[in-house]
Amino acid sequence: MMTHDQLRRENRLVIAHMYFATIALMVGASFGLLQALSRAQWAAAPAWFDYYRLLTAHGVLNAIVFTTFFICGLATLLTYRAIPRERSLALGWIAFWVMAAGSAMAAVTILRGNATVLYTFYAPLKASPWFYIGTTLLVIGTWIVMIDLIANALWFWRNRPGERLPLVAHGSVTTFVMWFIATIGVAIEMLVFLIPWSLGLVPKVNVMFTRVLFWYFGHPLVYFWIMGAYLIWYNLVPKFYGGRVFSDALTRLAFILLLLLSTPVGLHHQFMEPGISPGWKWLHTMTTFGVVIPSILTAFAIFASFELAAQRAGVKGFAATIAWLPWKNPAFTGPALGMILFIFGGIGGLINASYAMDTVVHNTMWIVGHFHITVGGPVALSFLGAAYWIIPRLTGRRLWAPNLALAQTYTWFIGMAIMSTAMHWAGILGSPRRTDNVSYFGAAAATSWMPQMHWAAIGGTILFLSILMFVAVAIGTLFTPKTEMDPILPAAVEEEALATPAVLDRIGTWATVAIVLAVLAYAGPIHELLTMHTYGAAGMRTW
Amino acid sequence: MIRSERIWMTAGIITLIVFLCILGVAALHDNIVPPSHLQTIDPAQVSQTPPFDKPGLHQTGPKQYDAYLVAHIFSFTPESITVPAGSTVTFYATSPDVVHGFFIAGTAINMMVVPGWVSDDSHTFTKPGTYLLLCNEYCGSGHHFMYGKIVVQ
Repeated sequence: MMTHDQLRRENRLVIAHMYFATIALMVGASFGLLQALSRAQWAAAPAWFDYYRLLTAHGVLNAIVFTTFFICGLATLLTYRAIPRERSLALGWIAFWVMAAGSAMAAVTILRGNATVLYTFYAPLKASPWFYIGTTLLVIGTWIVMIDLIANALWFWRNRPGERLPLVAHGSVTTFVMWFIATIGVAIEMLVFLIPWSLGLVPKVNVMFTRVLFWYFGHPLVYFWIMGAYLIWYNLVPKFYGGRVFSDALTRLAFILLLLLSTPVGLHHQFMEPGISPGWKWLHTMTTFGVVIPSILTAFAIFASFELAAQRAGVKGFAATIAWLPWKNPAFTGPALGMILFIFGGIGGLINASYAMDTVVHNTMWIVGHFHITVGGPVALSFLGAAYWIIPRLTGRRLWAPNLALAQTYTWFIGMAIMSTAMHWAGILGSPRRTDNVSYFGAAAATSWMPQMHWAAIGGTILFLSILMFVAVAIGTLFTPKTEMDPILPAAVEEEALATPAVLDRIGTWATVAIVLAVLAYAGPIHELLTMHTYGAAGMRTW
Repeated sequence: MIRSERIWMTAGIITLIVFLCILGVAALHDNIVPPSHLQTIDPAQVSQTPPFDKPGLHQTGPKQYDAYLVAHIFSFTPESITVPAGSTVTFYATSPDVVHGFFIAGTAINMMVVPGWVSDDSHTFTKPGTYLLLCNEYCGSGHHFMYGKIVVQ
């Protein structure tokens, strides 16, 4: 059995993750605001302002550090609560400090101007070794989190023979196993190629090889975020309208499908590159479309859960069901508004993955719009919404200013809708991404997209205000009076749901299948690169 | 699986297959494929390696041109090329330093230029005008100054 003290010690670990994530979000977003204002040319940039340095910091802190810390905290929390026992938190804390040290090392290196390589760090742009070592430590920290989660699942299987691994533990472990398989790519890129090269031990680097390794990791990275959001959508969101998880089997199936299909897809980020035959790009187009299947499964399950709960409350019909949902509870509106944004994120994603159609949007502002409406939509908004429910239960204090929290979710939605629409539109007109000043000395094409930059700055400003509101609530909730809170337990499963096939719990077997699929998808293009007569490139500091 | 779930999943998967078929027909029948040139080049020797030792425009036939461009920090060489309206231009580009983008606004020319490789793609310019060629991959502190133009007369 668990003591009260054990719970408090576990809560402290999760609080550390979630507040570290909040700091990363706040700092990174303030740089994002400066970029939006600078691209709109609303203010003359001060002399110290270095667009690309702060863009690197914005990407690393928001897309990598914020998301990773939040998901590590969330998966740890859900797994610990699903498997209550007296346990050591040593691994959990080691993981946290390795991740924190790595993140701080990378952030300081970036802010000192020694790693202005953006968060994709494409060679032969050569950053200080501390940047590569720091980000690698962040990844290694997440592996320790995975070991901790798996150790808890193993303990469960050993001590509860005949029982099913709890749904949230299954989802958490599956998410981290997928993450582990994906991060092997970036770990090899760092440890074998970039770190020895940045230390001067190796003179040249095979640029295409590092790019393939990066995108082997880079796309599953976004599914890691989505799986974090799905953990919330399936297991927590139904609680907020008195509903249940639609189906245990379907939920486990969705996570297993994401484990299998997330990795063999990365080449769709490299459609426009030389050195990879069109056949391999076509193969990855097909596998990328396959990964849509768990998303449409999830869409079905969410609406089914809404409908069943509404029916029990005597509400019938689509419009009445939607109106009946708790649109005044920020823990619900965060994820729910995120789901609406995800519809557009998903459609945009299909366009990006559509082989030759990517030509129109590749490396334009469209991609930035897509990225923000996905990681800044369903992912971030679900995390912030869930935090409004989780944080008070961790601190044992009531949520500070719930109306501000509610307003935060709607403001975010509006800001993101405006900013992302403008970015998508500017991209169609040809405006490049990752570019400080897009006026090109008044070239005709450039004048066509400048109005969209103003809308993006308006949306970006609203988003920044929304983040300030979140930070205010997060800090305020540390000082509200102590109060008795209900425990952090996931939603129950519908009683009429079909029985879950036992095979869905064989995570190890599925992981093996996932590795086989990844090898099949990458053996061809990697063999092609290895047999080509290639030339290395010397590293350069062009900033 | 309940009936509504079966209908939803079937409809979703059929939609995906239809999308893939459309892309497949476009790729195999209409030959719309992304640029995927497999030629390599030593990035340290670009200025001595033909044809990039003399970058520029070469006519290969009536209204047919090959354009060899070097993308380097922070400009294109040559910065400008001029062709008559109706010309089909095949662009070949490489980089002696870092990764660049090669994007012509208002066309479907959009390539990554990777040191060590040659990228190519072609486009028929039907409408006269000045097209903006720009680098759309971050390449360093002067990235936003990296542009050129294609003049179609």
